[in-house]
Amino acid sequence: MPRHLWIALAMSLTSIVLSGAVGDQPHAAAPSVPLAPEVAIDNFTFGPTEVKIPVGTTVTWVNRDDIPHTVVNTDKAFKSKVLDTDDKFSFTFTRAGKYPYFCSIHPKMTGTVIVE
Amino acid sequence: MFHDSEKDEDALPSDQHGDGVDRRGFLKCMAWAGTGAFFLMEGGVLKSYALGRAAAGAPSNELSFVQISDSHMGFNKAANPDVIATLKTAVDKINALATPPEFMLHTGDITHLSKPEEFDTVDQVLRDARPKDVFFVPGEHDMLDDDGRQYLERYGKGTKGAGWYSFDRKGVHFIGLVNVVNLKAGGLGTLGAEQLAWLRDDVAHLKHSTPIVVFAHIPLWSVYPQWGWGTDDSAQALSLLKKFGSVAVLNGHIHQTMQKVEGHVTFHTAASTAFPQPKPGAADSPGPMKVPAEQLKSILGITDVTFVRGKHALGIIDSSLA
Repeated sequence: MPRHLWIALAMSLTSIVLSGAVGDQPHAAAPSVPLAPEVAIDNFTFGPTEVKIPVGTTVTWVNRDDIPHTVVNTDKAFKSKVLDTDDKFSFTFTRAGKYPYFCSIHPKMTGTVIVE
Repeated sequence: MFHDSEKDEDALPSDQHGDGVDRRGFLKCMAWAGTGAFFLMEGGVLKSYALGRAAAGAPSNELSFVQISDSHMGFNKAANPDVIATLKTAVDKINALATPPEFMLHTGDITHLSKPEEFDTVDQVLRDARPKDVFFVPGEHDMLDDDGRQYLERYGKGTKGAGWYSFDRKGVHFIGLVNVVNLKAGGLGTLGAEQLAWLRDDVAHLKHSTPIVVFAHIPLWSVYPQWGWGTDDSAQALSLLKKFGSVAVLNGHIHQTMQKVEGHVTFHTAASTAFPQPKPGAADSPGPMKVPAEQLKSILGITDVTFVRGKHALGIIDSSLA
């Protein structure tokens, strides 16, 4: 191959390697919660009991308990069907506010989603 | 087996009730009663009850019925992979009772997920039971997803509100209450104002001597509030029944037998026919409790109840399925 083409190839390879090493993400601070937070239901408990998220986030509840549960907001903004083991329920929070919720089968189980 | 107070050498000096049934005599009779736990509501009944049991049929002044509870049809996890089999065993036990019960009470959590096929299966299994009349009250597992529409379509005929009602048998007044709807976050079972108002009217015309049996799913006394094992307005219901000389409260929900006597009121919870749950506080949560397979049937059970009219007395025998 002609010499100038070798140089071009070497430079492209170098730039590819360099960009790979540095990474191609913007240098912003990492978000404090994952973009798709999950609440695990187990042992008659919502874990974590409190989740803080920005507006527009979707929260997913997963039932890992051996007994069915539900996820019901006290102000009726969301209400899941009954979730047996391994069933999931998701809700996207489009408005800021505090969303206390509980399991309508076992009302002692409570949690909160805080949307900022 | 007789307890004759004049000849009873075991009578304690302080026989508080003067009924001839002292502690040692009571324990003797408990041993006779067998594997079940036998509780007296009032003294004086023991003699008649023993005679009733020994006879082939029930004396005419006796009313005998069975309570079953928490069949959770549809449950299939480790604690019991076959709840149909254990319900069938319960029916076999009922059919083997020396005195055939006149009817059955089911104190709720008939199904596990309120599915039509789950209700159908319970109906099918119970059809093999000798007592043909079954009176239900719903558990929280029977009111999922459709605000109780499935349950009310099947068992709501003649009931009010979320499914409460009353009926009479041999002079005993039975009241079925529903405390599993409109549950509030962080709360316990609840009866609600409408049901309490109905209850007040329902018993208003009854004589004080009428024996009362109340049955509901969640206990109407504070068994263990931390696990939701109680009803927030049960005190109001019980105060409406204050005038009666004999009140029995039969509940389920906690999947173990428990008993309490308070004045004229006897509280009793039945075992489940599906799976056991831990004793209050004995585990992190009140979920299904796994036991070795060979022990399962000894922790599930039925309850046989006998009223002896004229004595205002109630005999309750809990028997396991083993």
